[in-house]
Amino acid sequence: MSMQDRLDDLVEAIEEQFEEAEIEFSLERALGEVSLEVDKADWSKAALLLRNHADLAFEQLIDLCAVDYLTYGQGEWNTADAPNTGFGRGVNAIVTPPGVAEADQERRFAVVCHLLSLKHNIRLRLKTFCAGDTLIVDSLTPVWNCADWFEREAFDLFGILFDGHPDLRRILTDYGFVGHPLRKDFPLSGHVEMRYDADKGRVIYEPVSIEPRTLVPRTLRSDSRYAQRSVEHEDA
Amino acid sequence: MPEIRNYTLNFGPQHPSAHGVLRLVLELDGEQVVRADPHIGLLHRGTEKLAETKPFNQSIGYMDRLDYVSMMCNEHGYVLAIEKLLGIEAPIRAQYIRTMFDEITRILNHLMWLGTHALDVGAMTMFLYCFRDREDLMDCYEAVSGARLHATYYRPGGVYRDLPDQMPRYEEKASRWHSADDIKRRNVNREGSLLDFIEDFCQRFDGYVDEYETLLTDNRIWKQRTVDIGVVTPQRAKQLGFTGPMLRGSGIAWDLRKKQPYAAYNEVDFDIPVGKNGDTYDRYLVRVEELRQSNRIIKQCVAWLRANSGPVMIDDHKVAPPSRTQMKEDMEALIHHFKLFTEGYCPPPGEVYAAVEAPKGEFGVYLVADGANKPYRMKVRAPGFPHLAAMDEMVRGHMLSDVTTVIGTMDVVFGEIDR
Repeated sequence: MSMQDRLDDLVEAIEEQFEEAEIEFSLERALGEVSLEVDKADWSKAALLLRNHADLAFEQLIDLCAVDYLTYGQGEWNTADAPNTGFGRGVNAIVTPPGVAEADQERRFAVVCHLLSLKHNIRLRLKTFCAGDTLIVDSLTPVWNCADWFEREAFDLFGILFDGHPDLRRILTDYGFVGHPLRKDFPLSGHVEMRYDADKGRVIYEPVSIEPRTLVPRTLRSDSRYAQRSVEHEDA
Repeated sequence: MPEIRNYTLNFGPQHPSAHGVLRLVLELDGEQVVRADPHIGLLHRGTEKLAETKPFNQSIGYMDRLDYVSMMCNEHGYVLAIEKLLGIEAPIRAQYIRTMFDEITRILNHLMWLGTHALDVGAMTMFLYCFRDREDLMDCYEAVSGARLHATYYRPGGVYRDLPDQMPRYEEKASRWHSADDIKRRNVNREGSLLDFIEDFCQRFDGYVDEYETLLTDNRIWKQRTVDIGVVTPQRAKQLGFTGPMLRGSGIAWDLRKKQPYAAYNEVDFDIPVGKNGDTYDRYLVRVEELRQSNRIIKQCVAWLRANSGPVMIDDHKVAPPSRTQMKEDMEALIHHFKLFTEGYCPPPGEVYAAVEAPKGEFGVYLVADGANKPYRMKVRAPGFPHLAAMDEMVRGHMLSDVTTVIGTMDVVFGEIDR
């Protein structure tokens, strides 16, 4: 059975089972992959269904991560109109206007899982969005035990809390680290630098002394060739 | 009666058998491990954050530095994700070159694992044997990319350049350290092309694997240290997110090269070894058999690459740079070159996940693009991460000395776990 047929079966099974279990969902099929989005409230229920039902049988959680959509679609380079003189296309580094950020906060953070069914040899992307102040999502540790460290990582790097997680500690960053480094409003160079202070005889932390700079500006271009290509890809 | 309390032991991060920078906090009851709490992140470099600030192509080099003993497999995962996003495919010759180098990488990785794992358990000789044989393969890396470890050889749309016709040789002149005869002996298998050199290695390699097996497979001490240590049942292996030899060691026949073939894997013949008991010894047997199977794949790739020539990079200058000659003669090629290296290419908005069967398990890259020349979000799914997360479960109830055995059998490398 080809991958396309298997994807067809998967989409069919999901639509059937999720309607039966009365879970709201939206499906997206692009680039030969299926993405399933569910509401935060249905997160663990959906996960359990995806693991347990024989037609779905996603026995393995391959990956779990978070995405911060704060600056999605924003560039640092003006591609719309060119000035007549000089090197003037650079626009200010990405800062989100306060109004925009608040309006879009509902969908700022996504938690994304990649599931694998060994039985059906198929993959699925499962995701949910969470809102600004209460970044709490149900933990998937009871469903897939390996979610443990992946959720610790998502907590560490993005500050998303997982309800029901057995041991939600930081995992990758330093002991006593402040902030969530993979958020888009966290600077690349961080907030503090550390060095050994000979006078005090210990390692000290200081505010960073390096200026943030952009080597290659972030440029957005809509290229119709690729749009065409991805359509062909889907047909293949 | 005196009060008996558990003893907490700090293992690493500078312990030689912690394979890098693992800090393990062990709670011991006598010599028995009650709880193991791995502290990771001592090698965290923020690869994912860095990738968000660079055009797509500039992050390929970072992939080498993730799992720094299986460099090209990491590149392969990343490059596949970009290709999927752009909807392009590498030419067939590039696919075979990638397959061949993926398998060379697998041998490199497994030799590293075998040498250090055996060393941890107490077999010094293995380490010397394995590192002797890694040398030749790293010379292949060097011949093709100029770097022995961090190759940056795979590019979206193919590979950086075709295989060289002349294998680099040792300098002919005798020196204080090497006599003329010595140099002549070292250059014997370097007379021809890179493919000749690889073929020569393949001929020898099965014999090498026999040597390793003579030293370990029926070795009484090796078996005492590995049989029934760190047993994982198939159900637990799935729950714990195991992939690669860790999953196959538990008896599940799952290999992306067979199940979801990429590159030229559906064109070559090979078998997937599967374990029975899910213990350290079975995982050892699986990996050793993988060495033989990799050798088999390389031989087939060499034969194919000898018989078929062709381009190794797609002919699309929006993604791949034009040749130097074209650039000097053609204005448009010059513009393409300039745009590609100053700005890069802008894939359409979308998200993809691409995975390859890296030596340690499934190495996946999740890319979110918003139409810019840099990834919006890049997540690396490192195989070692869930493996190490199972540390607690695997060592619980074992003796302290088995902790190093279990670290060894997981084949952890902190470059990929900490990212």
